Amino acid sequence: MAILRTEELTYQYSAGTPFEKTAVDHVDLEIEEGAFVGVIGSTGSGKSTLMQHFNGLLRPTSGAVYLDGMDIWADKTKIRDVRFQVGLVFQYPEYQLFEETVYRDIAYGPKNMGLTESEIKERVLETAELVGLPEELLEQSPFALSGGQKRRVAIAGVMALRPRILILDEPTAGLDPMGREDILGEIRAYHKKTGGTVLLVSHSMEDVAKCAEKILVMDHGKKFCYEDTAAVFRRAQELETLGLSVPQVTRICMELRRRGLPLGDDIYTVQQAARQLAALYQGRKGGASIC
Amino acid sequence: MLKDITIGQYFPGNSLLHRLDARFKIVMTLLYIVMLFMGALYSLVFGVVYCVMALILSRLPVKLFWKSLRPLLPILLFTAVLDLLFITDGTVYFQLGFFKLTEDGVLTALQMVLRIIFLIIGSSLLTYTTSPIQLTDAIERLLSPLKKLKFPVHSFAMMMTIALRFIPTLMEETDKIIAAQKARGASFDTGKLKDKAKALVPVLIPLFVSAFRRAEELATAMECRCYRGDVGRTKMKQMHAAARDWAALGVTLVFLIGSAAASLLL
Ligand SMILES: Nc1ncnc2c1ncn2[C@@H]1O[C@H](COP(=O)(O)OP(=O)(O)O)[C@@H](O)[C@H]1O
Ligand SMILES: [Mg+2]
Repeated sequence: MAILRTEELTYQYSAGTPFEKTAVDHVDLEIEEGAFVGVIGSTGSGKSTLMQHFNGLLRPTSGAVYLDGMDIWADKTKIRDVRFQVGLVFQYPEYQLFEETVYRDIAYGPKNMGLTESEIKERVLETAELVGLPEELLEQSPFALSGGQKRRVAIAGVMALRPRILILDEPTAGLDPMGREDILGEIRAYHKKTGGTVLLVSHSMEDVAKCAEKILVMDHGKKFCYEDTAAVFRRAQELETLGLSVPQVTRICMELRRRGLPLGDDIYTVQQAARQLAALYQGRKGGASIC
Repeated sequence: MLKDITIGQYFPGNSLLHRLDARFKIVMTLLYIVMLFMGALYSLVFGVVYCVMALILSRLPVKLFWKSLRPLLPILLFTAVLDLLFITDGTVYFQLGFFKLTEDGVLTALQMVLRIIFLIIGSSLLTYTTSPIQLTDAIERLLSPLKKLKFPVHSFAMMMTIALRFIPTLMEETDKIIAAQKARGASFDTGKLKDKAKALVPVLIPLFVSAFRRAEELATAMECRCYRGDVGRTKMKQMHAAARDWAALGVTLVFLIGSAAASLLL
């Protein structure tokens, strides 16, 4: 059974005023337990709004969200439990840090769950290690850290809840290429280690291509498609019309194919391209030139 | 959500009220307030009619005004009950032990409630139909005679512009921080008062941090563009009083005189 399911999920901001805006429009979705799902869409396509429904921060204008087949809004008093099961890391999460030390900031969520001191400590140490925060940083003020480290603290603060579903909203926004790679690597490591469900929101397909098994594409509040990663990138040209930039390597392969090279239409990582090109090269050694 | 508070918000539009000169609108609002508070129930009628007229001309949905009134309902109720309880002059309609329902009590309660309701609607009309920039610009112009007394009118107006400009930003930010802390299990509406106050710390600290960061960035940006107060500063949008502005002011004065006459004569 799907761990998370939505049915005709619709959300309007400022309903009933001149500013009314439908941000999520009749979205039906099923997410399998343990999956790593990428969510892409251009800015303003409703990704963040959709994500805030999964842990009950926003209540659907119409439609429903089911966690383990149960409507999360069936019992309003239980909504806090939903938030512990579905961890959401907001965009620019470093702006929510507030404690005096890194340790205490990561411990905030577990403390809200009512865990004992020793459990809290275990979780803080474990998640700090998972996101690559050295132990000597734990007693420092989070405000004294670098941007990338602050973000790690904030992400660890949600991971420490040990949610069954971890949602990250643009976790790499505003980081340099190295920082992006690091954070993505840590998220992959988290997925591998815990086996939990992960939803990674991004407007960069390169990020998503590297990690996700399935991809949800959002466009103007609607579900554009929700398919396996390879199947989505096979529609690269359509994606470009939505204002999404497909990975560089996909574009190169598209162009090579247009020029007559028999490459597959589902290439989205450099490794895949290298493998196919190498195979072609082997096959054609001494044969006709490429162009 | 905090955003659903509509007092002080601006709703763009193209009605007559939107197009009136902001300076005139401020003056007219002040005159209207005088109208409301001048005299007896009869003079209030002028204010009410004037306000309803303006409301129709603004072409804004009535629902908006209901929204800005709703949070004040408890205060209104409280005022009315106080008046009914403690004003005991005039014809007695009904008596029950201590409690006496009298003509004066009913009239005063009615007046107070009407006044507050129409005060809110009238001042909401001003902000709903005037952009914050126009509003502060107009205030700067209206106050400019004070410059002679060395009152820093320009700095004052600039501070107001910036404050108004950042209200929505900070509200949005507050919403975001609250949501982010809720995602980590914070709860803001359960527990004792002390717990509730404590629960605000994770919201207030990030909010202050970001407000200071924004202030610093804005100051730097202003300096980079050579801002140095109002010395030699010109305006891109000049305010010009048009015939319709004078006409509107004229109508307002007629109502004011009418209401003054009503309170003196009746
Ligand atoms: N708090 C809000 N109030 C009103 N409109 C909003 C708010 N947040 C987002 N929107 C609007 O909803 C739409 C979807 O926004 P969002 O979910 O943030 O998209 P994304 O995360 O894909 O960039 C956008 O058009 C945006 O302007
Ligand atoms: Mg977003």
